[in-house]
Amino acid sequence: MADPIPYRPLAEGSQPPYDLPAYGSTHARHPKAAPLRIPQTLTEVSAPRFAPTWYAPHEDLSTVDGKAALGERIIVAGRVLDENGRPVPDAMVEIWQANAAGRYHHPRDQHDAPLDPNFLGRGRVFTDAEGNYRFTTVKPGAYPWRNHWNAWRPIHIHFGLHGAGFAQRLVTQMYFPGDPLLDLDPIYQGSGDAEARSRLVAAFDLQVTQPEWALGYRFDIVLRGRAATPFENA
Amino acid sequence: MMHATASQTAGPYWHMIDFPEWADLLRADGPNAGAAGERIVLAGRITDGTGAAVSDAMVELWQADPEGRYDAGFHGFGRCATDLQGGFRFTTLKPGAVPGPGNSTQAPHIVISIFARGLMRALVTRAYFAGDVLLAQDPILALVPEARRDTLIARPAGNGEWRLDIRLQGEGETVFLDV
Ligand SMILES: [Fe+3]
Repeated sequence: MADPIPYRPLAEGSQPPYDLPAYGSTHARHPKAAPLRIPQTLTEVSAPRFAPTWYAPHEDLSTVDGKAALGERIIVAGRVLDENGRPVPDAMVEIWQANAAGRYHHPRDQHDAPLDPNFLGRGRVFTDAEGNYRFTTVKPGAYPWRNHWNAWRPIHIHFGLHGAGFAQRLVTQMYFPGDPLLDLDPIYQGSGDAEARSRLVAAFDLQVTQPEWALGYRFDIVLRGRAATPFENA
Repeated sequence: MMHATASQTAGPYWHMIDFPEWADLLRADGPNAGAAGERIVLAGRITDGTGAAVSDAMVELWQADPEGRYDAGFHGFGRCATDLQGGFRFTTLKPGAVPGPGNSTQAPHIVISIFARGLMRALVTRAYFAGDVLLAQDPILALVPEARRDTLIARPAGNGEWRLDIRLQGEGETVFLDV
């Protein structure tokens, strides 16, 4: 059997380090030894297929039982591409976030901000043949965390992506343009070079915005691309 | 060429997307209901550099089917939240040997990915099965310094259960893989 075509190594500066001194939780959790580089095998280039039959899509986070969540309704849309600029179709995109007041519907979140019975804050969508995805939600609120004195996370939505290869698996966060907390956040600031960080910030988009309904944000996501086509490799 | 979007921590509230039933790959109402093979449990405990339990991790599993195939219909994906002791526990079928680089053969193995607060990127490792005759010729295991190979080898604990504890940092640190 021919060796599978590997995904490219992650580009220098495109990713955060495991050891990020300004982010306290990394101190005891980052490995001291650098992860061992291995050649990609069938295991790393294959990936689970997530059929909507088993993983039901849930693209409207802004209502529960037809009742609207509090906060500013927004639409988030974008494309999932690989590093070669090719769309990634049928990717499963998982989403989770705090409500408009900055509180997660989660037992361990003790932030003194109201829960909203009409907002659970989790969703699941799939990309189409062109790599497009879209969901409706409310704009999350900022929330405090105990990393350092007066620490607040910039507003963000968590994303989890499952692509066509295990090596493409990505968990990331989408931030909002113009958030003054971005400059102060050790997680965002520790996330690679300026270009890498800017890719984590969505853009306000009037094309995605729906009149009399919701503001729209565009967030494109890039997954790792294969190193070469079979022809180049031959 | 574009560069891949930066990874970010899953944070402490990833349980919003936890579906505890996913830890059982053989669940009756799931994609592998009725799949034939050797039923096993893969369990372990995750600790940090201070020895403390990592009790808020998202653990994901990825594996081949009992014939060593990734594309024959078996859905080799699971997810499990660690408990207060740092424990995870999956029910699945024992995977078969998988083709490796060149004409090599990889010993049966399960990929384990860990996402958590304090992990800006996922940590990826493998669980192999102690006593497997193919371990000696596994091309990936051969790249791991011999003294640390044990950190990738699950041990039988009886009744089809295999255990592999994972140490994120320090003495006995698990070998993580840059794939
Ligand atoms: Fe968060």
